[in-house]
Amino acid sequence: MTVSRRTRYGIRVFSLGYLALILVAPVGLIFWRSFDHGWHPFWAAVSNHDAVHALKLTVEVTAIVVPLNTAFGILCALAIVRHRIPGMGLVNAIVDLPMALSPVVVGLSLYLLYARDGWFGSWLLGHGVRILFALPAILLATAFVSLPFVVREVVPVLREIGIEQEEAAATLGSSAFTTFRRVTLPAIRWAVAYGVVLTTARSLGEFGAVSIVSGGIAGRTQTLTQYVQASYENFSLTGAYAASVELAMLAIATLLVMTMLKPRRGGHIGNRGA
Amino acid sequence: MVKGAHGGWQHFWQVAWNPESRAALELTLGLAGAIVAINAVSGTALAWTLVRDDFPGKRFVNTLIDLPFALPTIVAGLTLLALYGPTGGVGVDVAYTRWGVLMALMFVTLPFVVRTVQPVLIELDREMEEAAASLGAERLTIFRRVVFPHLLPALLSGVALAFARAVGEFGAVILISGNLPFKTEVASVYVFQRINSGDTSGAAALAVLLLAISLGVLLAIGALRRWATRHDR
Repeated sequence: MTVSRRTRYGIRVFSLGYLALILVAPVGLIFWRSFDHGWHPFWAAVSNHDAVHALKLTVEVTAIVVPLNTAFGILCALAIVRHRIPGMGLVNAIVDLPMALSPVVVGLSLYLLYARDGWFGSWLLGHGVRILFALPAILLATAFVSLPFVVREVVPVLREIGIEQEEAAATLGSSAFTTFRRVTLPAIRWAVAYGVVLTTARSLGEFGAVSIVSGGIAGRTQTLTQYVQASYENFSLTGAYAASVELAMLAIATLLVMTMLKPRRGGHIGNRGA
Repeated sequence: MVKGAHGGWQHFWQVAWNPESRAALELTLGLAGAIVAINAVSGTALAWTLVRDDFPGKRFVNTLIDLPFALPTIVAGLTLLALYGPTGGVGVDVAYTRWGVLMALMFVTLPFVVRTVQPVLIELDREMEEAAASLGAERLTIFRRVVFPHLLPALLSGVALAFARAVGEFGAVILISGNLPFKTEVASVYVFQRINSGDTSGAAALAVLLLAISLGVLLAIGALRRWATRHDR
């Protein structure tokens, strides 16, 4: 649409101003506050025992959840697009649920299942398996909220590439696994990579579901996002800001990888929620 | 989640519908409605700026839009509190107010409409707009009659996603809201507080309503997608 120069400047100032006030200024301030007095206070805050443990736990959880959800995501996308399995339409609809659902509801569901008087909890605790307020609960909560990303990225690409090449490979006598490895996987690899990046970002930053099921015991079951909250509530602003900067740097690294992958992944921007 | 309905419907409504949970749900829905309106305008304006306008640093701004998706929500809340809280030094203090909660929701929902409207705007055929202009249509008329109808399905699914996110948001809100019942306590925080005080059936009752809202939004988005692609098939 050809608009007058005044309208164009008006819209530009409005939208960039909105972005600056809501996003850029607050995030920038956290960095400024953390490094205001040089590297030393920041370094002291992040090398405190509980902060180090929280970072380690968060990285550990991400390292376990991301490969699992990547494998699940690829299999689930293949099942939705390539196979006519009854009920897959329902799965296709449900797989988006973690994107639209409050993390608190996710946390509560796990809590009700695995608490001492819960459906699975009583039996599991009777057999000496502890889920709640321990690593398994953190893993379950994180896996749940980061479930849809790989599926959502891979499904449209699988639809787009069609089945001709896979059929050709099968006609030439290649096994199903070889076809997948040599034909399908190369075609979807950038979509998978993009999904992996989104899954990683969501896993590193998960807070709501985890804070219900982890117990948040400092130095034991406290993730880095929970460490931010606990520090803030204990009036340790330096600690809260420093851990936030750590998380923000991880987020910015994620963004950079996303920007590099975007041109290779094609035009599916609109199909993504968060 | 079946636990929410434990003890029959009457019991469920009794637990779900106490004055505090009702206030929390009303506040949540009101704020989510405001978020829909704000994002419809700001998201469309940002998408338009990124597609039709040109200025130095445009690619950087385009990358920046995704930051709320990548940044942990608790960090989002903390950054807003640092700038617009009591120690911010910019002369406003939105801590423990509804304005603060609204701001936190604006932060986390910022990308949705931009990212759904932007691709449609990129692919929109500009010849139609030029044709309309050559036939003497005014600019506002062109936007209303030519551009807007094409953007509408994308805009609606963007605001639907933002609505769902605003209804369920927890991390960004928990620090800035102060969780004052009847004032700044939103539904997700209410559920969290109920769990912490051992009242899981009270928590489950409101959680079931939140789940129903999420499912409703997903169904609506699915219907929108089928509507938007009705000519492609």
